[in-house]
Amino acid sequence: MNMNKTLFDKIWDSHVVESIPNGPDILYIDKHLIHEVTSPQAFNELKERNIPIFRPEQIVATADHNTPTKDQHLPVKDLLSRKQLKELSQNCEENNITLYGLGHPYNGIVHVMAPELGITQPGMTIVCGDSHTSTHGAFGTIAFGIGTSQVTQVFASQCLLVEKPKKLRVNVNGKLKKGVLPKDVILYIISKLGTNSGTGYFCEYAGNVFEEMSMEGRMTVCNMSIEMGARGGLIAPDQTTIDYVEGREFAPKGAEFEKMRAHWETLKTDEGAEFDQEYSFEAEDIEPMITYGTNPGMGIKLTGSIPVEGNKSDAKALAYMNFKPGETLLEKPINYIFIGSCTNSRIEDFRVAASYIKGKRKADNVNALIVPGSRQVATQIKEEGLDKVFEEAGFTLRQPGCSACLAMNDDKIPEGEYCVSTSNRNFEGRQGPGSRTILASPLTAAATAISGKISDYTQTLN
Amino acid sequence: MEKFIKLTDTAIPLDAENVDTDQIIPARFLKATDKEGFGENLFRDWRFNKNGEPNEDFVLNQDRYSGSILIAGNNFGCGSSREHAAWALKAYGFKAVVSSYFADIFKGNALNNGVLPVQVSPNFLHKLFTAVEKDPNEKVTIDLEEQKIKLESSGQNESFEIDPYKKTCLLNGYDDIDFLTNKLDAIEDFEQKRSENLNRLEETLQN
Ligand code: SF4
Repeated sequence: MNMNKTLFDKIWDSHVVESIPNGPDILYIDKHLIHEVTSPQAFNELKERNIPIFRPEQIVATADHNTPTKDQHLPVKDLLSRKQLKELSQNCEENNITLYGLGHPYNGIVHVMAPELGITQPGMTIVCGDSHTSTHGAFGTIAFGIGTSQVTQVFASQCLLVEKPKKLRVNVNGKLKKGVLPKDVILYIISKLGTNSGTGYFCEYAGNVFEEMSMEGRMTVCNMSIEMGARGGLIAPDQTTIDYVEGREFAPKGAEFEKMRAHWETLKTDEGAEFDQEYSFEAEDIEPMITYGTNPGMGIKLTGSIPVEGNKSDAKALAYMNFKPGETLLEKPINYIFIGSCTNSRIEDFRVAASYIKGKRKADNVNALIVPGSRQVATQIKEEGLDKVFEEAGFTLRQPGCSACLAMNDDKIPEGEYCVSTSNRNFEGRQGPGSRTILASPLTAAATAISGKISDYTQTLN
Repeated sequence: MEKFIKLTDTAIPLDAENVDTDQIIPARFLKATDKEGFGENLFRDWRFNKNGEPNEDFVLNQDRYSGSILIAGNNFGCGSSREHAAWALKAYGFKAVVSSYFADIFKGNALNNGVLPVQVSPNFLHKLFTAVEKDPNEKVTIDLEEQKIKLESSGQNESFEIDPYKKTCLLNGYDDIDFLTNKLDAIEDFEQKRSENLNRLEETLQN
């Protein structure tokens, strides 16, 4: 038998409490992140069944999906949202769970605030009732989204019954072209592999492109693993990871940190370890990407044209988007852009957008919405003076939250309008009923806002 | 949880691929804090026109079709992890969904709510669509014990896979929480052992 283990095996195997013969594993969960939308029914169920929360100290809560991005100091206007947020506060209080609610300096989108506070650490198992929990895999953790019944399971036992997924590796090697961001890399991978190629798998990203990426870039990549169907994605921890974690609020300190560092350094795929499936791509082939359809796999390069061949579902998607096969998206007028969401709302995303925008002005037809992923990112934007850049260019900077990524609050894209968005899903109506989403990197979104249409800005990059 | 053993019923054909959970239940309906009422908003934006009138073109609004089995195109339930999608299907009256592929999280959520996801070959899925679209009174049998799905009129059938643990749960109406709360001692032992292992690592480092 091949004794060489993958990174995924190492972490998984060290968290198995028991394997049920012919059945799933009992997997121990180190950190459980919760938010207002997918937790209330779990709390209710436990209450009804009279089951206590087993390890409240391993749970961290935030409010993000529902929250307004304006006037966060005032009571939330939407009554249903307000009730959901209030229930989260009450549930956390009754159960001794730490909550970084609206207005707290640590508040933010769950997948932005946990890494920046050092809650996310290599080698952990992390779950959250949100499919983009895969983001945390950037640290070399097994992190995945769960449904509310599973939230209840973790509340009750700090464990989950899960079948061990198969293993997939995606390698990207070479040198990325100028203007190609981590978002383009993952959109490219998904466009090549399709939206269900990863179903049943956990994906490790390997190759020099990921090794050279910042932690924030790695989070953008891992975030979208779920969009190719994979349960999660992960990247082996290295010096970049350790430097990022060190010194953060909840990271281990002193001798404890050294002990963990030694452990983290063992977390990599052994030479010769086997994967069930493997794909490789060349960095040179990747260009800035945009989507033209209603799933994230429907992506093309910015200057490309919509494939002519397609099935009934593709035709339905194009009809929804009001695009035609063979058409290019260049020169399409765009009235909305959104830079935000757990995919692209970290400081580097705003830096790259600001550096393009600086000294320019958005086109008159464009509504440009900028929503930081957390209070800490919002503060950093101010400290670095990026807020001035956005303001002078006519962009609207809001308070943190999920916002127009899923339009549960007031930040909706009107019916029929296109939005070039840095979020992760272009499903029908995702950004508001009838809205049409075009996924792209923060740079593409910024450039679109300036020109008021989709254009090939790469020529002008210096 | 309700038991699922064997079901014979008519089916509703939803001929669309990559049906994501945002379509099954749009985000704006996720503000509830209980599990009730999601059935009304199942496939909301496909079922109703902008003016709130039922969309006659959508299969759930067509009188010819009825039943507790939903037949859907490839990759059903992709996207958001919202269990509200499973609650909405269940509340509407679906007991099983048949497709050639299910997204992982949706599959788990459905199983945890007693809605059986039945994965069949693309070929058999095509047969199901054809038979049901031709005759909406066509009966489909899903036998969990035997792990078989069958078209009653022609007897054409196919076996399907299910995790044996999940199968036992569904046949008996058990859920994972009962199972896990009986394991708390083993879980505490595991926690203990893990911290010992890490300390051992520290000692090795110091030597
Ligand atoms: S930003 Fe969007 S994708 Fe991310 S957690 Fe919020 S709603 Fe989900």
